[in-house]
Amino acid sequence: MLEIRNLQAGIEDKPILKGIDLSVNAGEVHALMGPNGSGKSTLASVLAGREGFDVTSGEVLYNGNDLLDLAPEERAREGVFLAFQYPVEIPGVNSAYFLRSAVNEVRKHRGEEELDAMNFLKAVKAKMKELGLNEDFLKRPVNAGFSGGEKKRNEILQMAMLNPKLAVLDETDSGLDIDALRIVADGVNRLKRPDNAQLIITHYQRLLDYIVPDFVHVLHDGRIIKSGDKSLALELEEKGYDWLVKEAA
Amino acid sequence: MSTVATTDPATTPVEAFAQLEQNGVELMPLRKAGLARFSESGYPTVRDEDWRFTNVKPVAELPFHLVLVPLGQAIGQEQLTSKTFDQLDADRLVFVDGHFNADLSQIGNQPSGVTVTHLASSLAGLEREVGSLSGGDDNPFVALNDAFFTDGALIQIGDGQRLAKPVHLLFVTTAGEDGEAAHIRNWIDAGANAHGTIIESHLSLGKAATVTNVVTESRIGDGANIEHIKFQDLSKRAFHLASLHSELGRDARYVFHSVALGARLSRNNLRLRLAQPGIECVLNGLYMLRGQQLADHHMIVEHAAPRCDSHEYFNGILDDQSRGVFHGRILVQPGAQKTDAKQTNKNLLLCDDATANTKPQLEIYADDVKCTHGATIGAMDDDSIFYLRTRGLDAPTARRMLMHGFAGEIIERIRHDAVREELDALVWDRLEAEHQLH
Amino acid sequence: MRADTDTIDEFVASDYKYGFVTDIESESLEPGLGEETVRFISAKKKEPQWMLEWRLKALRHWEKLECPTWPHVKYPPIDFQDISYYSAPKKKGDGPKSLDEVDPKLLETYEKLGVPLHERARLAGVAVDAVFDSESIGTTFKEDLAKAGVIFCSISEAVQEHPELVRKYLGTVVPYTDNFYATLNSAVFSDGSFVYIPKGTRCPMELSTYFRINAANTGQFERTLIIAEEGSHVSYLEGCTAPMRDENQLHAAVVELIALDNAEIKYSTVQNWYPGDEEGRGGIYNFVTKRGICKTNAKISWTQVETGSAITWKYPSVILKGDNSIGEFYSVALTNNMQQADTGTKMVHLGKNTRSTIVSKGISAGRGQNSYRGLVQVGKKAANARNFSQCDSLLIGDRCGAHTFPYIEVKNPSANIEHEATTSKIGEDQIFYCNQRGLETQDAVNMIVNGFCKEVFRELPMEFAVEAQKLLDVSLEGSVG
Repeated sequence: MLEIRNLQAGIEDKPILKGIDLSVNAGEVHALMGPNGSGKSTLASVLAGREGFDVTSGEVLYNGNDLLDLAPEERAREGVFLAFQYPVEIPGVNSAYFLRSAVNEVRKHRGEEELDAMNFLKAVKAKMKELGLNEDFLKRPVNAGFSGGEKKRNEILQMAMLNPKLAVLDETDSGLDIDALRIVADGVNRLKRPDNAQLIITHYQRLLDYIVPDFVHVLHDGRIIKSGDKSLALELEEKGYDWLVKEAA
Repeated sequence: MSTVATTDPATTPVEAFAQLEQNGVELMPLRKAGLARFSESGYPTVRDEDWRFTNVKPVAELPFHLVLVPLGQAIGQEQLTSKTFDQLDADRLVFVDGHFNADLSQIGNQPSGVTVTHLASSLAGLEREVGSLSGGDDNPFVALNDAFFTDGALIQIGDGQRLAKPVHLLFVTTAGEDGEAAHIRNWIDAGANAHGTIIESHLSLGKAATVTNVVTESRIGDGANIEHIKFQDLSKRAFHLASLHSELGRDARYVFHSVALGARLSRNNLRLRLAQPGIECVLNGLYMLRGQQLADHHMIVEHAAPRCDSHEYFNGILDDQSRGVFHGRILVQPGAQKTDAKQTNKNLLLCDDATANTKPQLEIYADDVKCTHGATIGAMDDDSIFYLRTRGLDAPTARRMLMHGFAGEIIERIRHDAVREELDALVWDRLEAEHQLH
Repeated sequence: MRADTDTIDEFVASDYKYGFVTDIESESLEPGLGEETVRFISAKKKEPQWMLEWRLKALRHWEKLECPTWPHVKYPPIDFQDISYYSAPKKKGDGPKSLDEVDPKLLETYEKLGVPLHERARLAGVAVDAVFDSESIGTTFKEDLAKAGVIFCSISEAVQEHPELVRKYLGTVVPYTDNFYATLNSAVFSDGSFVYIPKGTRCPMELSTYFRINAANTGQFERTLIIAEEGSHVSYLEGCTAPMRDENQLHAAVVELIALDNAEIKYSTVQNWYPGDEEGRGGIYNFVTKRGICKTNAKISWTQVETGSAITWKYPSVILKGDNSIGEFYSVALTNNMQQADTGTKMVHLGKNTRSTIVSKGISAGRGQNSYRGLVQVGKKAANARNFSQCDSLLIGDRCGAHTFPYIEVKNPSANIEHEATTSKIGEDQIFYCNQRGLETQDAVNMIVNGFCKEVFRELPMEFAVEAQKLLDVSLEGSVG
């Protein structure tokens, strides 16, 4: 599904990603771990198409097509979803209205019928219940005045509604208490299907107690220095990143 | 050609004033004093600090036409259908080029103790009132209005009374020639604990460079609760000058909204004096401009009594070569303790040639007060656009949605549901139309 | 704690400790202003013809101007013919060649002001130019600076010794036509400081000018010009005091800063002119024009602590002409008793990626009136301009006023301008809390005020920060009943 080959990218001549190779197939859950500054969030941004990041070398294929060639909204409509580490506050824009517009754009792209207000509300309320979100949530502006936990749950709600093929979760666990973490993880797990994939970016092993990855990769200084199965995450939890960095050097 | 009888375009204000008398208009002291003041001051120039960013030279250079005789059958109901607020469940007073038109107006049953009519019908009994609230203002356009006003709304709500329905004041201009002017005077008197919603809209039926010069005086009694929505959507060549002079009673609630979408140049002077304790007052405004448009909101809120709250929120979306001007002055007099005053002005610049001028000012002579102001000017936030795009919205839609949200911050403060919804839809349509245009 | 109490006790006795008069024989020009006044000053300073002509042009322009009325201050009209435009300590013969020859009474004066000029007692690491009424009486550390190629002298001396530099830059940032008081200054300026930092040089020490008005009925019109060549760096401080007199005295200075490519100028002011008495009698009218221009990547930072003067009217400004240039303005202005201040800044963004920061803290006590007036202007070509302004007012007592008059004019959509302002008072609960912990009310007020001003004090060089803090405490004496 996703094929990253020798991806090099940075900001304003400063290289951050120095050659990433990664394959993600349908039905798989990958965890990408690494210390601060290793380039985890940069990778997420490049995959979603944020401006300001220059890809200097390499390629990213998504279902065989060049992902980097697409505008951010085209990637979204093709099924790439990024759960933001810091969801953006948009004062004045009503959450329900925003989400319905997004859902219908994606549905339109897939050749599905657009949801009318009624059906949309039915669908979204069901998902909200699962995520423990209060109904007044829909009336509030997007993320404005939300607590950290609410913002993250809103990201998962959007993911559930947009039904992506490839979900990239950028430090979705940061700033969550244990209960919120469990709700978010449940939400993610419920979306797992044989025809979609998840790339979970995290600093800590904690989230991986709830979302069990098939593969774990360690990113350091813009490169994947080790890959393994879920036991690698446990090993990292115990020993930290230093030993791996030394081993790689 | 217009069928409206006007003064000879070459006349000066003094000559026009004489013609006013020939037309049977009684020259009350207010009119004479107004003419004298205007003769002395002339039109303001950009050298006046209050008019620094708003050059009214194009108004001053227009021929001086007064519409002396009301237009008869020339416009019918059909020309007003599909206009904004046409479907609103409200009593309607329609003024054509500054003259009341009874055929187009519709006034239902209001409770006894409530008067909804046009000012000219009862002017004789109101000689002392009219001009009493605007009197302290040295704005030359108020002087001009004092001298030449033809008509406007008269709304009186007795103590403890409630408007059964909102009152919609519709001011249309039909003029076919540049410089044709309507000088409109509104008098609103809400008694103690009175309630009501007043909607004032200004629309053009023609395309000429007309002038509407409106002075609204409102006296809001103790504990009264009044919402006033002013909607200006005149043609792109029109000039609109308006001033509001309000005096508020103890514990009164007054919410004034200004939505300025039209006119080449529009200016709203808002003068509020909070001279009784416990008043809550909100001034809430939105301007969306393009082309060569200019919209100026110039307000002075004077806190002269303790425990009053005043909040001003103004958002502007500026495209093309348009200019948005905001001048807000909060004046807290000695003794006006526990004042809570807040002022914000936010501007979105969409185009390289758009300009925003903002002057949010605080002048404070009491110490136990909470006063803040904030102003921002900038382009749309890239992070927000990116966020919306990652959710599948294309860039133009994302921008439109952000603009709509930005306008929505203002629109959502309108309490009257139907008015709010209609304006919200209208803003969205405008943004969409704009999008298709580009 | 003990030392602080002592300091306060000391100040209770005399609110304004710099109010003494130096008994020295002065040579003063009769009051009055005309061509002969200008010619006299120019001749006295042995100026070249071009300098005299420039002054005369300014005078002729000034005669056409009217005194500005827009500031938010009130004062009776000034009779400009009733002011003496030149006063200087009488010199023996040709005047002192070095500080050693300066009249000991003058040296004593500066000693009393806490600015010792004498070799053995000089402030470590700070070079001082001392200006007494219309004349610079000496500059310290001249030789050390000369080694680094830095020129630091009085402007009169610079006109003689470095005419090419003065002629090239004087009036380029503040033209003689700029405004009423700047034009007046251009005609009659007496002395002031001149600084030139050569290319790539980091000035080895802080430079400082100490202004002192002594003579009665005299106006002080100093002129300062600072030129920082490409890639150079300088930090400059000025301090000001005056005796207590019942009449108002005029101080109309002009400061011009030129920061060429990659240069940085930091200009700090601790202004403590005599503020007048509790009833508003006497005090200095401080009407000052300060402006700097930044070329590419240059930076100018103004920091001011304004506690003195009966009336302050000044707007240290930065013209951000070069791309990536930076302007900063940090200000504490305090008005107590009958003082009035209308002060702020102008940040004019012309180049691309220019940034400016404004932090203004106004404190009003007694019947003081304190206004912030600022302009942030973003020109059409100033892409990606950024400004952040924070204007906070603190009110002490209910007879004072705090006002904020920001002007924001933006003509480029990529600009990002944010302005915030708040007004607050010292809360009774805050005072009570401090009282309950054993603090005197006045100490509590001082503490709260100092906290309020911290962001600005942080910008001052260390010794001056301490000085400024003390000054504020003294100025607040008696502000709480």
